[in-house]
Formats: sequence, C-alpha cells, structure tokens
Amino acid sequence: MILSAIAFYGFSSVAIAAGVMVISARNPVHSVLFLILAFFNAAGLFILMGAEFIAFILVIVYVGAVAVLFMFVVMMLDINLVEMRQGFLQYLPIGGLIGTVLLIELIFVVTSWAVAPESGGLLAAKAPALAEVHNTEALGRLLYTKYIYLFQGAGMILLLAMVGAIVLTLRARPGVRRQRIGDQVELRREDVIEVKNVPTGTGI
Amino acid sequence: MTAWIPEQMVSALPEVFLALSIMALLMIGVFRGDGHTRAIGWFAVAVTVVAGIVVVGTSAGPGEAFGGMFIADAFSRYAKILALAGTALALILSISYIEQEDLARFEYPILILFACLGMMMMISANDLIALYIGLELQSLALYVLAAYRRDSLRSPEAGLKYFVLGALSSGMLLYGASLVYGFAGTTGFEGIAKAVGGSDSSFGVLVGLVFITAGLAFKVSAVPFHMWTPDVYEGSPTSVTAFFAIAPKIAAVALFVRVLVGPFAPIAAQWQQVVVLIAILSMVLGAFAAINQHNIKRLMAYSSIGHVGYMLVGLAAGTQAGVQGVLIYLAIYLAMTAGAFACILCMRVHGRMVNDIDDLAGLAQTRPLLALAMGVFMFSLAGIPPLAGFFGKLYVFLAAVEAGLYGLAVIGVLASVVAAFYYMRIVKLMYFDEPGESFDRLPGREVGFVLAGTGLFTAFFFIVPSPVLSAAATAAKSLFAG
Repeated sequence: MILSAIAFYGFSSVAIAAGVMVISARNPVHSVLFLILAFFNAAGLFILMGAEFIAFILVIVYVGAVAVLFMFVVMMLDINLVEMRQGFLQYLPIGGLIGTVLLIELIFVVTSWAVAPESGGLLAAKAPALAEVHNTEALGRLLYTKYIYLFQGAGMILLLAMVGAIVLTLRARPGVRRQRIGDQVELRREDVIEVKNVPTGTGI
Repeated sequence: MTAWIPEQMVSALPEVFLALSIMALLMIGVFRGDGHTRAIGWFAVAVTVVAGIVVVGTSAGPGEAFGGMFIADAFSRYAKILALAGTALALILSISYIEQEDLARFEYPILILFACLGMMMMISANDLIALYIGLELQSLALYVLAAYRRDSLRSPEAGLKYFVLGALSSGMLLYGASLVYGFAGTTGFEGIAKAVGGSDSSFGVLVGLVFITAGLAFKVSAVPFHMWTPDVYEGSPTSVTAFFAIAPKIAAVALFVRVLVGPFAPIAAQWQQVVVLIAILSMVLGAFAAINQHNIKRLMAYSSIGHVGYMLVGLAAGTQAGVQGVLIYLAIYLAMTAGAFACILCMRVHGRMVNDIDDLAGLAQTRPLLALAMGVFMFSLAGIPPLAGFFGKLYVFLAAVEAGLYGLAVIGVLASVVAAFYYMRIVKLMYFDEPGESFDRLPGREVGFVLAGTGLFTAFFFIVPSPVLSAAATAAKSLFAG
C-alpha cells in the first residue's frame, strides 16, 4: 500500500510540475515536451486506478499522435514570442477582470457544491465489478450498446472533418510537374529523340 | 411499420436515412467528379424531401430511441420539417449560384446535408452528450461552408473567425454541461429535470445553466454573443449566407427551447431573467445597428439578430403559448428570410454579384416583379399587417403579455418600429429613387419558383393560417405534456 501511495504522489507531483512548465517554458518545443511528460504521468495515475485501457490509449493516441503532431506544428510555424506578447498590457485589465470574476465564481461553486440526492438512482453508466469484467470490455459494452448513437454521431463528425479538410485544402494546381511512371515507361525513343541531319559547315 | 428495422430505431429513421444518403452521394461525387454537382444538388434536395416524408411517416413510432438519448415527439417533428424545408430551399437557391460563381464542387450540397443531419440530431437531442454531438456536427459543416470560397480573402477569414468563436462557445457549453452533470449524476434530460426539481438547486447548477445558455445564445447569435454574425454573413458566399440565416437558426432556437423548457423547467424563474435580458438586447441592437449598414448581407445579419430577439420573447414567457409563438415565428421567419435571400441572389450586374443597398435603387422600374417580391419580404420582416411577419410577432408578444412580461412586450414593439425604418428605406430606394444599372435576368428558373412560393406564403398567410397554427400548437403541447 505504501508503494502505491508513493507512486501516486510521485506521478501527480511530476504531472503538476510538468503542467506548470508547459505554460511557463519560453521555448514552445520545450512546452510540448513537458506536455508529453504530463501525459505519461497521467497514464501512470490511470494505471494506479486500475484503468489500464485508458492509460494505454492516453500514451498511444495523445503521446504517439497528438503530441507529435503538435511538435511538428510548433516546429514548422516558427512562433515569434515577442510578437505574441505585444498588446499583453493593453488587454491585461479587461482580461484580468474577467479572470477574477470567473475565479470568484469558481470558488463559490466549489465551496457550495452539492450533489442532488436523486443523482444516485440516476447514474447513467454504473461500472460493473472489476473482478467480473475487465475495463476494456466494460468500455466496449457501453460504447457499442448504450452509446451507439453517440458513437455513430462521432463517426459522422470525423467523416465530415475529413471531407472538410479536403474541400479546404486540396486543389489541382496547373503547371506542376509530377512523375508519372506509366508515361515514363511508355515513352518511346522516337518521341523524345529527334535526329537531325546537319550539313557540314552550315550549322542548324 | 417495418419488420426489418429494430423497433426502437424507427423514430431515428429520418436521421439514419439522411446519414446513409450523405455517404451514397459522397461516393457518387467522388467517382463522377465535379461535373455532376448540379445533379448531386438536386439529389440532395430530393433527400431532404424524402427525409421530411419519413419524419411524418414515423410519427407513430415509440418516440424515444437509443436508451432515451434521442426523442421524436411532435415538437421535434415540427422543427425537423422546418429545418429540412430550410435546407431544401437553401440548396435550391445555391444550385445556379455556385455554378455562376465558379464554386461548383460536389462537396457543397454534401456539406449542407451534413449540417442538416447535425440539425436533426440537435432537435432530437434528449441528452447533453447527444446535444453536443449534434451541435458540433452542424457547426463543423458550417465552418467549412463559410470558408468555402477559398481563393478570396474574406471567406476564409469568415470561416476562421466563426471557427475560433464557435470553439470558444462550445467550450463554455461543455463547461456548463459538466457542472450540471456533476450535480445531477446523469446527462439525460429527464434525469436532470428530476434532479433539478427534486431539491434545492445548488449554486453550481445555476452557473452551469448560465454557461449552457451562453453557449446556445452564441449559436442563435443572440446579443452579447452576436459579434461573429455580421462578419461571417458578409464574408461567406451569398448562397452560404442564405443557408446560415435560414436553417441553423431554426435548429438552434428549437434546441434552446427544448433545453430550457425541458430539463431546466423547475428553475424557470432563474433562466427567465437571463432570456429576458438577451431578448431585449438582441431586439434593440438588431434594430439600431442595422440602420447604418450599406451592405445588404450585413443588414440581413443584424435583421436576423433582431428576429432571434423576438423569438426569445416567446421563450422568455416560458409558457405553452410562448413556445407555440416561437414555433409559428420560426415557420414565418423561414419563409420570409428564404425569399429575401432569393432576391439578394438576384442582385447581379453584368454577371457579377453586387451587395450594396444602393444597387437596389429604382428596381421597381427595371425589374417590377422582383421589386414587388422584395417589397413584400421587407414589409413582412418589418411586421406590417396583414403580411406573415406581423402574425409571428403578434403571437410571441401576446404570450409575453399573458405571462405578465409587459415591459418586454413594449420594448419589443418599440424595437420593431425602429427596425421598420431600415426595411422601409429599402422599399423607398426601390420605388422612389432613380434607377441605376439594371440587374441581369434571374440566375435560374428555380430561384423564381422559390421567390414565388415564399412570396405567396408571406403575402397570403393570413387567409389560411390554421395549418401552421395547429401544427405549432400540437408541437408546443408535446413539450409540456411530461
């Protein structure tokens, strides 16, 4: 037990520290690297809770795909931090005011938090006993039965995202030279080589 | 009705049909290419018509599907018919336009159908997650459509602006939804209603409700969250603007009504003051900000903000009569906005679109029929009796007065008097000013049919109003039955 407590505090403190570094690092590439560190620690926390499937998804999808994509974008965009900080002081009063109001609201919400007494009977998806069903299966059962409508809806959104990305970016540019292997193979000697009979002493 | 469909899915048949048609049309488009855009456009119109028939045909279904996440009652059927009609009209209006503007790629009608599917899912949402999925499906399609003319500067700017602000509003909506879920322990609307009504609602639920209201107000472009509307309306291609003004408004207002009157009915006193404030601000800003506009698309943007304000007056009443008024208003708004945009799409000089209000000068001498139609729509938007727009306003204001919101009704009437000024200015320009260059002839025969149909509906609504009135009454009743 003491081991899991140590692991918990280790993972969570590193996650929080990495989170702070994400927003405070000056170099955007370092920010993304700290983000990846935070993801790894969150995955560790999930494993401690016995949710190994979500932990793996977090590492595979977020670290493997999303964060790497972030990294590419950050490297390619060449973000100028000095330019981004411009107007910071100008927007500070209004932004600070909104932030303070939201913070006060949040404190009110957290301190006066109550859960409806009826909510126990309304739980949407009760977790089955861990001993009978391991959590990958439990998620699958829920996702493909009760939440099939949302699953399919999310599928439509992804299809739309693909169509939209193609609509907005794919364009046929004229005058681009592309390699067409078929054309190259079909090329005959007569098509490309012209034999001229040059009389001696006159030029072409 | 049919043995080959699981019984609990019968209610969702229109959505399933629409989704499958989208995929089929996408395949046709991919394999046949952009040359068949016109055919795909007409196919898409046919799909919306068939989906409408299916909506009516499945009215005997079980009502709920997918474990209560999806609801098909009289309210959702009414709103879906309107959304489908709006989509069909917008599609018909854009078929010739996209060819003339060199935008004819086969994805255009498919993106509009995607948005339509999202709207149907929004209207039928009975769960916070289902609400969000539908909303995102619709919004994502609209972002792409706004940026559709990618070789101009304005259109991608409009799309980007819409996308960033839309993502912000989705974030607010989700934050509110998470607070409500934390209180109720469920995302289903019936469960939330039980949890909210059963005990003293905590402060957290109120904050959640305010955030959800803010997110939805953004989607209907009600006033503190309206900033994107004029820019997006102006920057998007005109046929897309027509679609923006017609169909998504219907779905978003219907969703707004269902969320506030359904799960949050027990704390109606709390949201009523928020909705009253939003309604007043929308009506006043819609009336005053439009006065100074020179671009007809920006003018229509402010006009639509104002009209959303009038619809929210009915919602603020929170009664069955109020919801009925909102539904009637939606039907009338659909007809007159579609008609007005059909006129705007006819504003072409030498094969080029013109968007200035001054370009309409003297239209009555050069194109008398078009001027007559535009005049009818402008008078109707202003709410002059006996045109349809007057009845829309009449029912929401009556409901507000019945609910004791006298101040709101008075402000609404005053705002519509101010708004009448800029609608009248267009009529004055068309009938009393010296004509400029004449417009080209109609961009397509189908635009003429839309003009005639919506014009007749708007002008002669007062003779046979009963079909719309009774359908809206049934729809409103179904929302208050439970």
